[in-house]
Amino acid sequence: MARTAELAQNGHVRHALNQNNVKNIATTKNGFHNKVVKNGTSTGTRPQRRGEDSFEQAPMHVAVLTYIGFGIVTLFGYFRDFLRAVGLEKCHVAQERDEQKDFVPLYQDFENFYTRNLYMRVRDNWNRPICSVPGPVFDLMERVTDDYNWTYRLTGKTIKNVINMGSYNYLGFAENNADFLQTVADKLSKYGAGVCGTRQELGNLSIHEELEQLVAEFLGVESSLTFGMGFATNSMNIPALVGKGCLILSDELNHASLVLGARLSAATIRVFKHNNMQSLEKLLREAVSSGQPRTHRPWKKILILVEGIYSMEGSLVRLPEIIALKKKYKAYLFLDEAHSIGAVGPSGRGVVEHFGVDPRDVDVLMGTFTKSFGAAGGYIAGKKELVDYLRTYSHSAVYGSAMSPPITEQIIRAMKCIMGADGTKEGHQRVQQLVENVRYFRSRLQEMGFIIYGNVDSPVIPLLLYLPGKVVAFSRTMLQKNIGVVVVGFPATPITEARARFCVSAAHTRPMLDKVLQALNETGDLLRVKFSRHRPSLRPALYDETDYELDS
Amino acid sequence: MDVKNMREYLGWLYYQYLLVTGIYVLEPWEKSIFNAVLVTMVAMVIYTSYVFVPIHVRLALQFFSGLCGGQHESTMTLMNWGGPIISSHHPATN
Repeated sequence: MARTAELAQNGHVRHALNQNNVKNIATTKNGFHNKVVKNGTSTGTRPQRRGEDSFEQAPMHVAVLTYIGFGIVTLFGYFRDFLRAVGLEKCHVAQERDEQKDFVPLYQDFENFYTRNLYMRVRDNWNRPICSVPGPVFDLMERVTDDYNWTYRLTGKTIKNVINMGSYNYLGFAENNADFLQTVADKLSKYGAGVCGTRQELGNLSIHEELEQLVAEFLGVESSLTFGMGFATNSMNIPALVGKGCLILSDELNHASLVLGARLSAATIRVFKHNNMQSLEKLLREAVSSGQPRTHRPWKKILILVEGIYSMEGSLVRLPEIIALKKKYKAYLFLDEAHSIGAVGPSGRGVVEHFGVDPRDVDVLMGTFTKSFGAAGGYIAGKKELVDYLRTYSHSAVYGSAMSPPITEQIIRAMKCIMGADGTKEGHQRVQQLVENVRYFRSRLQEMGFIIYGNVDSPVIPLLLYLPGKVVAFSRTMLQKNIGVVVVGFPATPITEARARFCVSAAHTRPMLDKVLQALNETGDLLRVKFSRHRPSLRPALYDETDYELDS
Repeated sequence: MDVKNMREYLGWLYYQYLLVTGIYVLEPWEKSIFNAVLVTMVAMVIYTSYVFVPIHVRLALQFFSGLCGGQHESTMTLMNWGGPIISSHHPATN
């Protein structure tokens, strides 16, 4: 039930698992890396023990009821479509003009069945208009509908101080404090608002260079490249890194931008089960031993695409295991830290720091500035040869317009704050506050008996609701209690696993979290969504069973 | 007071029914249609079970007791016992 905006940001496209035999030796022809990646010296600290991910299953009757609910609404959908076709009911969707009725149909009616008959009924829970900065609290414009969500009208009233549990404001940098934003205002008066060009054509400002050096220093790598849009960073740069004759091994639950980039690149894509190292190793072994499908030539490159935190599950990547696998089978690793940069790690430097892994072991570090830094855009960081190559060959770098100067300055000031380079302890405090908030919120939700997915350290907390009616009722009930939540359903999640997703922020105070927890408790009892049978300890990860069959 | 609590509780039960079946998202007239169809089906089930279940249960009992009775030596007494009941049921089942 999520909408395209939601899909564009957080949607997950699922693709089927292909099992073919392929062969590869680790030769890299025309690769951006033509020498073996030297093992970086270990930092001396052991990788931190990660908490276990929990993916508890719901009782069987819940799955049955979910299907029944969808079935009944689908039946009514057919009934309403019939009424519209017969003419007994006004049709609100786009239709061809009378002169065009004999032509090939322009609007595929059945494709939008789900949108027309389920999403439209309940779409008042999404795209709510906000009229303040989306900080820990925000103001909402009240809107009402007279014809069951086909059209809206604003009443003019504003709902004030709604607690924000949906924005990716992990470190609280979405703020309009005049003191903090002073440098941003200065840069706006110095450089203006627009760049009017790409980086290649008179759009490369000195502030961009400053940002790139800062990002490289923040992550502990040689060099970095920044882009104006986070989605475009993934979808336009993966085609520049791999092409035909290469193999992409991508996690089952990767974001739509990674999937789009992989498909645009024309490389062969194989999917491994979510966070399942046995599945990944099996695919790698087959790839290395059998090569390309018909010719059995070695693969030119093998690229593993994973994310730091998966935003629909809240699970952390198993980075040390993946790096060990990648070194053993000589593949490359692309790590998308959109949600994890700034949000995990003792000093906010992402999953690489959280696990104590050397950043030079990850070939391509990608991230976005939209989430923890309160700005917009993305970056790719790694070795200097990689970044220099991308400056010339990436579509986004060549054709995308450069990042706007005040946004660039916002990222610079946020990053300096996190690093402590602006002389205050503000960044450190925010990171600590986030860790504390996440632990508190997760443990309380677990105690109350909700089913929560994901790792103990992840600030993204999906709360499973399963039934379509309850998902909608949950969102409306929470709004009545002045709390704004994001609910997600099919097609962004599997059909039986609709959920509400909470994003904890460092800007949330303890009283705010307590108010939210109180409301959740009441709503959970009112709607009967406390499905957990395992209070209070977490179950071990479900994907521990061996998937790899020993065949010799 | 108790009536008010009862009514609130029933209202909450109805709300749960709406949520669980997915009817909650539909328009009121669609809810009415679904409720009418469901109530009709439930009424038919109740009527059928009220009228026919006792008859079927009694026939089943006779059938099984007839089987067990056939294995005993003294069949005469049991046949006599089963006879009047079967004959008295003829008008009802016809």
